[in-house]
Amino acid sequence: MATTETALVGTLSRISGPMIAASGMLGATMGEIVRVGKLGLMGEIIRIDGDTVYAQVFEDTGGMYLGEEVHATGVALAVELGPGLLGSTYDGIQRPLITLQEQSGDFIGRGLTAVALDREKRWAFTPAVEAGAEVRQGDVLGTVQETITITHRVLVPPGMEGKLTSVAPEGEYTVEDTIAEFEDGTKLTMMHRWPVKRPRPIGRKLPSDRPFLTGQRVLDCLFPIAQGGSAIVPGGFGTGKTVVEQTLSKHCDAEIIVYVGCGERGNEMADVLTEFPELTDPNTGESLMNRTILVVNTSNMPVAARDASVYTGITLAEYYRDMGYNVALMADSTSRWAEALREISSRLEEMPGEEGYPTYLAARISEFYERSGRIVCAGKEAETDEPRVGSLTLVGAVSPPGGDFSEPVTQTSLRVAGGLWALDASLAYRRHYPAVNWNRSYSLYFSELDPWFEENAPAGWRDNRQQAVQLMQRDAELQEVVQLVGPDALQDTERLILEVSRMIREVFLQQNAFSDNDAYCSLDKNAGLLRALLDFYEESRKVLEQGVSLNRLLDLPIREDIARLRDVGNNEFAERRDDVVANMRGQLNGLIEKKG
Amino acid sequence: MESATTNSNASGDLLQRQYWDLKYISGPLLFLGDGGRFATGSIVDVIQENGDVRQGQVLEATKTHAVVQVLQGTQGLDIKNTSVSLKDDAARVSCSIDVIGRRFNGTGEPIDGLPPVVADEERDIQGSSINPVARDAPKDFIETGISSIDAFNTLVRGQKLPIFFGSGMPANQVANMIVQQSATKGDDEQFVVVFGAMGITQREAAYFLRSFDEGGQGSRVVAFINQANDPAIERLFTPRCALTVSEYLAFEHGYQVLTILTDMTNYCDALRQVASAREEIPGRRGYPGYMYTDLSSIYERAGRIRGGKGSVTQIPMLSMPDDDMTHPIPDLTGYITEGQIVLQRSLHRQGVFPPVDVLPSLSRLMNNGIGEGLTRKDHRELANQLYASYAHGRDIKKLMAIVGEDALSDLDRKYLAFTEAFDKELIGQGESRRTIEESLELGWQLLTIIPREELTRINKDLVDRYYSQYMEDGVQSPYLES
Repeated sequence: MATTETALVGTLSRISGPMIAASGMLGATMGEIVRVGKLGLMGEIIRIDGDTVYAQVFEDTGGMYLGEEVHATGVALAVELGPGLLGSTYDGIQRPLITLQEQSGDFIGRGLTAVALDREKRWAFTPAVEAGAEVRQGDVLGTVQETITITHRVLVPPGMEGKLTSVAPEGEYTVEDTIAEFEDGTKLTMMHRWPVKRPRPIGRKLPSDRPFLTGQRVLDCLFPIAQGGSAIVPGGFGTGKTVVEQTLSKHCDAEIIVYVGCGERGNEMADVLTEFPELTDPNTGESLMNRTILVVNTSNMPVAARDASVYTGITLAEYYRDMGYNVALMADSTSRWAEALREISSRLEEMPGEEGYPTYLAARISEFYERSGRIVCAGKEAETDEPRVGSLTLVGAVSPPGGDFSEPVTQTSLRVAGGLWALDASLAYRRHYPAVNWNRSYSLYFSELDPWFEENAPAGWRDNRQQAVQLMQRDAELQEVVQLVGPDALQDTERLILEVSRMIREVFLQQNAFSDNDAYCSLDKNAGLLRALLDFYEESRKVLEQGVSLNRLLDLPIREDIARLRDVGNNEFAERRDDVVANMRGQLNGLIEKKG
Repeated sequence: MESATTNSNASGDLLQRQYWDLKYISGPLLFLGDGGRFATGSIVDVIQENGDVRQGQVLEATKTHAVVQVLQGTQGLDIKNTSVSLKDDAARVSCSIDVIGRRFNGTGEPIDGLPPVVADEERDIQGSSINPVARDAPKDFIETGISSIDAFNTLVRGQKLPIFFGSGMPANQVANMIVQQSATKGDDEQFVVVFGAMGITQREAAYFLRSFDEGGQGSRVVAFINQANDPAIERLFTPRCALTVSEYLAFEHGYQVLTILTDMTNYCDALRQVASAREEIPGRRGYPGYMYTDLSSIYERAGRIRGGKGSVTQIPMLSMPDDDMTHPIPDLTGYITEGQIVLQRSLHRQGVFPPVDVLPSLSRLMNNGIGEGLTRKDHRELANQLYASYAHGRDIKKLMAIVGEDALSDLDRKYLAFTEAFDKELIGQGESRRTIEESLELGWQLLTIIPREELTRINKDLVDRYYSQYMEDGVQSPYLES
């Protein structure tokens, strides 16, 4: 991380959309940030050819002339890390959107600069070490209460170690004030910079053994991923990728959420910005914005900044992970990022790979997903000598053209992600949300997670799941028969499977993200609801065996009561469920008695 | 928009200078010998020997050449006797309140025989992105009078909701119906329609303009019209002119603007034409890889701004080649817009008007615009229930085609009757205008065809209140007999 100012200045020799070339730049490095033209637009060097460098520019290049100056800055694209990130909304290159609005009004101007962290704000710092302590990267220097719920651990930045000659006493400091000093005179502040394309150092990776709970029945029950794991959410337009990402941001059990809106809609972000501050964090009851960082680069914002935005997002996520938090990164949508890579690659006239995407697409995507994980953080928690454990869970939306999953971005992401939550247009058409296709989706984490569910979830969790999966599988087979010969050809026991599967789809797998009682589903309700449906199946089968006809069984009013269990709040659920199940047994037995 | 409004003209000296070093002409493009003279995005005059002047825009600049796209095409240009001189540093359109009621061509020149508009501001048509934090979430319901939109795919102010149709379907009539009937609730505000037409036929253009006049909207319409026989490359400017004027009226003067853009497929074809002339690597079906980005720079120019009164609501219309929704144009559009209204051929053949297929149609912002205080408390759940029942009924219809009607159960038959009534009555309203209350009531009436226990998508209290009303309280449902 060179920070020395260089005086390297070249001249603009080519302008082609978001890509420029500049000559006279011998000595500039790959990945270095340049300032282009009179407006000083920010760009990143992506190719060097003799003394000519090619750069992707993070702002619109219209109106520039050849011959304008291009300044090398000597630094790579980096983000500012320190207290004040939570609750902020940044663009792809970490400029606070609020500051940009102050500078250029309701429309984003060009060539604006803005620092990410407020330089004036004073934070109450509590030191955790004393002068004379030997510290190394990742050690906790002290803490700041960043929001009501999140304690910000001020860490020794990566790559630094030594003996502290002084540590600031408890008090209020800005992010630029010195809070500690090494023997060699190096001063530490609460803020440091980190190049976004380099993963932050960790202690070591840990296996994942606990689930990333989402409050969504279909995901938690059928396709859970691990904390520190990754999943992709591919789906054609209108299948609800964004709603899934936003719902997870609201209800998942991570302590910090970084939401990257990459190449998506402006009105959606306006929605998030209006809604999130008013919602409460299910874990703490505080405002959701207290645990959220938004990185927003809408589709009409410059294309190169999409590339920056995903890296900015994941670096911010890693920073909080290093403090020992469970962080979730929502990337919506990774396809827009891939398209940005494709556009720049084509301007560079690189030999295209599949569907015009650059041949390094797969490498970029897998590097990105590998930055997720559950880890032992670098350094030691000073007071306890216990290692901190943090995790970064990554959920990436994918927008396959025409909803066809065989395209390169979906396929490449599948190779690295541990979970597939496949969204299905035919489910979305009938307003089955979340439109997760239960036959197509999968999770690779069952073996790691089953012990946790065994211990912490309601009894019978795994058996319930398997029973449900088998029923749905049997349903799929029977549907094929019905398509050929009609439902009349089936026996009552088989038609019962069709009916119960339909109930499972409508009552259990569907979930209304806009209903207060249904938007978030606890593990208890999740298990209880599925069990009620399976009980109905088992009891009904017994009744059928007694010779009762299916039609009479299906006329029972209890079916509606079971369906409405979905709308019972998490707290009242257990009691209501017991009533309904008891009632169900009563009604079913009534059928047998009437017969007898 | 500061950056767009300053220095509307480059220095006079540059304007006079003519350059004669044309090197290469290909398709709509013209290559000049030195890229250093013009800024990218500049507008130039391309002057022929006989004094004819065409307009061009500088797309790319390198040391050895500048690439100019000529809006009126390059037919008839030669390398020796054609010269180029700078006209403006960006493409601009005249903005003023006086544009309302006027007709312009695809690049903003008047075609109604009246003198040019005295511009309050010459705005760069490229526009700038609205800062996401400055946006106000769209939430005001627009009543279009069409049940399939109001009840199921509610349009709200500031939304972008395209209409997808196949050739031969009455999309223009649907769009016109929306224009004529779109009264927003509490409608004492200024309402204006901005109409951007790209490559539509003389007949279509005449239909729209006549309908606007007949419906009494003529004086509230600004039209930018590029017809099928007008230069194709001009189409790249037309939607941007229309949106720049829309933004001006909405955000400077507080108008509620409804912007209709038709046909986006012609726009994309013009984009492809330029891309192929530049020898770019083609993406799907020959369209350029940056088409998503390009389209988003059009569609994203809809919305509302915090603290402002006005709004830009966009209804782009696009014809799906071969009725194929996975074609790159509708596909990329659907990824950017906030839903879509899809017209269906089989409904059209059955004489259903407007032939909206509600299943693939969607309004992503619907939930912001409906519910208690906005439309009605039961709106959301009723719509969900109707959707689910209709989807189920359509499945049964398909099944019936295979196994015959005899194999269906009683319940199946009820769903079938419901689905048919749904298409005929609720969707097929004809030219009539329905209030949202009328649409919702009709929905409840239709639901009485299927048994009450099936209505699990609707809260029990609401079912008690409404279902019973139609079943028991004497309000006759016309469908009970079927």
